[in-house]
Formats: sequence, C-alpha cells, structure tokens
Amino acid sequence: MELKDFIEKFAEQFDDTDASEIKGDTVFKELDEWSSLIALSVIAMVDEEYDITIKGDDIRNSTTVEDLFNAVKAKA
Amino acid sequence: MYNPYSLEGKIILITGASSGIGRAVAVECSKLGAKVIITARNNERLKETYRMLEGDGHLLFTCDLSNPDAIVQLVSEIPIINGMVCNAGTNKMIPISFMKYENIQEILNVNTVAPMLLLKEVCKKKKLSKGASVVFTSSMAGVGAAATGNGVYTASKGAISSFLKVAALELAPRKVRVNAVCPGMTRTPMIYDDNVQDEELKKDMERYPLGRYGEPQDIAWAMIYLLSDASTWVTGTNLVIDGGLTIR
Repeated sequence: MELKDFIEKFAEQFDDTDASEIKGDTVFKELDEWSSLIALSVIAMVDEEYDITIKGDDIRNSTTVEDLFNAVKAKA
Repeated sequence: MYNPYSLEGKIILITGASSGIGRAVAVECSKLGAKVIITARNNERLKETYRMLEGDGHLLFTCDLSNPDAIVQLVSEIPIINGMVCNAGTNKMIPISFMKYENIQEILNVNTVAPMLLLKEVCKKKKLSKGASVVFTSSMAGVGAAATGNGVYTASKGAISSFLKVAALELAPRKVRVNAVCPGMTRTPMIYDDNVQDEELKKDMERYPLGRYGEPQDIAWAMIYLLSDASTWVTGTNLVIDGGLTIR
C-alpha cells in the first residue's frame, strides 16, 4: 500500500477541494468541504479499495491524511 | 387494580429480542403479565434476555429470520399468539456511491423481507388470534426523516411503514390490528455504528427538543400500548416516538 495512492483515493471523496490541496500532512478535518458524509465515504473507500475495515474512531484519532494512512496500514 | 394496558393472558412473539428495543419490550411485556416468545440470532444474548423475564411459561427460539425456512420452522413450533413485535433490524451507514448489491440485500432482507414473510406465515398457519395486534419497529427514517449515509436503511423502513397499511386493511375483518412504532435515535447497540463517531452522536443529540436520545423502554412502552386492549381502535398507524425531533 502506497501513501501516494492512498492520498489520491482519499482526494477522490471530495468534489470541490482540488486534489492538489490534499497531501500527506494535510489536516483534513480543517478542509472546508470535510463533513460526516465524506467521513463515511472515506470509510467505505478503504473497505472497497483495500478490503480493510476502519472505524469512525480511526478517523477521529487521525489528524493528517498520513496518520489515517498509517492507521489503515496497521490493519492490513 | 385498574390497568387498561395489562397484557395478562396474552402470548406475544418478539423478534430481535437479544438486545436493545426487542429486549426491553420482552421484559416489559412479561412484567405486564404476558407470556412471551423471544427470538434472535445470538443464543447467548437471547438467554440473557430470557433470564430477565418475569413470571414463567416464556419460550425462546434461536433462529435467523433472514432465512425464509427458519421463519416457516419458527411459526410451525409456536402456539397461537395474541401479539407480535417484528423488531429484528440491522443498519450500516453507506453513502450512495458506495452502496453494494450485497449491503442492500442484507439490510432489506432483515428489515423488510423477514417481517413481511413472518406476517405472511402467521396468517397462513392461522397463528394470529382474532383481535391480535402486530407491531413493527419502523423508524422516523421510515416516515421521512432523512440522514446522510442512511439511504438503504431508510428505504427498508419506509417499505415497512407503508406495507403495514395494506396489512392493516387486509387483516381488519379478523380484528387484527397492524401498526408501527417509529423511534428517533434510541440508545441501543445498533446506533453505535462503527462508521459513526461519538462526537457526531453528541452533536446530533443536541437537535432533540427533549434534550436526549430515547431509551429502549421509551419505545417498549409505546409498543405495549399498541399490544394492549387500550388500542383496540388503532390500526394502520405509524406512531412516532422521537423526543420531538421531527417537529423541526
């Protein structure tokens, strides 16, 4: 699992936020477009793309996109 | 003692009785004098419910009602009942773009198809007494309260909330009544969906005019009203129990 690939898929969950704004160190909950629906979409994306189940808590405990990537990776 | 809500002498079948609303309604029914028949998939937790019941003569069946054969089997083994609470339900929050055939099928199977087939089977096998009361656990989602990620669940409950009206019509000649209770967010294991974060629940709770989520007993007592002879003239209704949320 590659961070670059994860960031791309993470960014796909946004409509109005340009993918270039989303990097490993982005504090994603501070993005204007961040919402509970996007949180659900990220959980579903991880399930679909990586076959890994993360929970709402994993999102809560992550600050940056890379934190979340590491949380997903830890479950692989 | 005068109590129009007494369930003395009634036999009541309750599905999904291993936790949450199903467990609460089973216990409350037993306290009001009913003999209950409890079912669920999880035998351990169902036995816990059984131990909480008051009085004796209660029955327990561990079965998975999403399997149509299990429904036929269950109904063949139970006595004639005076009431039924079709409560077993499931949910998973999935945004529309991630819905899968399997998710949709699983949620609809448990929430919509199983209650329909169970009602069919008790009718066909004449296991509903004259004047029996059927109660479905729908949801405020079933009567128009929308929340993001809740599409499949909402559809499954909406189907039940409209199905019950036809059932009420068809069964009225035998004085069988069919109603649903439509709870707002109730503190049961089901609402602690792994996909939802605690802060979101806290924020959500603040939207309730009465300032809190429901407790399983809040819903159980509404069901008791619908099961009792106090509601003999009530059929085809969706009774919303939501702490005032849908006023807004």
